[in-house]
Amino acid sequence: MANTPQNKQNLRSPLAEARGLGSAKYGTEHWWHQRLISIALIPLTIWFVLAVIAHLGAGYDEFVAWMRSPFSAIMMILTVAMTFHHAQSGMQVVFEDYLHVEWQKMAAIIAVKFICFALAAACIFAVLKISFGA
Amino acid sequence: MANGSGRPLSPHLQVYRWQYTMLTSILHRATGIALTVGTLLLTWWLVAAASGPEAYATAQGFIGSFFGMLILFGWTFALFYHLANGIRHLVWDAGLGLDLPNAERGAYMVGASSIGLTLLVWIVGLIVW
Repeated sequence: MANTPQNKQNLRSPLAEARGLGSAKYGTEHWWHQRLISIALIPLTIWFVLAVIAHLGAGYDEFVAWMRSPFSAIMMILTVAMTFHHAQSGMQVVFEDYLHVEWQKMAAIIAVKFICFALAAACIFAVLKISFGA
Repeated sequence: MANGSGRPLSPHLQVYRWQYTMLTSILHRATGIALTVGTLLLTWWLVAAASGPEAYATAQGFIGSFFGMLILFGWTFALFYHLANGIRHLVWDAGLGLDLPNAERGAYMVGASSIGLTLLVWIVGLIVW
């Protein structure tokens, strides 16, 4: 091994060491955001499931009335935003683990992120459009 | 195994004896991927509602069809499984329950709660519908 203790040289500055961000410049940020959003998704998912059960088979007018309530609209927007953020961050890890050809990995990560953020924008716009009464 | 860099990879799945905890780990990824695909249905539902009564009726019609219900049933299980096992992962991230007996206990709790909640939601849902 090249990095045996006796010949290990620390080439990083004390500041870099303290920041602990590593060569990718992100450190534990991705991991931490994933946990943060996971925690947020626990109450949001429970709300979503209960709300959907309460509106099963709802007609158009009932659905629109539901989404016009500010609380429901805000909860739906938060659920959608956190869900898509969580989805793209999880899929990124899956691609990083299983795709070993660099260009394929990058293409897959870029594609899943673009698609997730586009779908999130469509969902949020849809909720706002209903909420503001179109 | 080609990994682009020529570095060795860790041993593959077939080397290990099958265990329940292994299944919970694999299922977490599988349900995560399934739920990501499932967001397309969520998007369709919301966008259809925003588009007007006709588009909304089409989306509701699909969801109410046999195929739609089948997808929704699988989606419900995937959601509850990923939620329950996600909480298990958060408990681990807090540094708790990392020993083998607790890992196995957690795995059984996740299996039971996700199947139980899926059935409960569908029984309640079908009564309410």
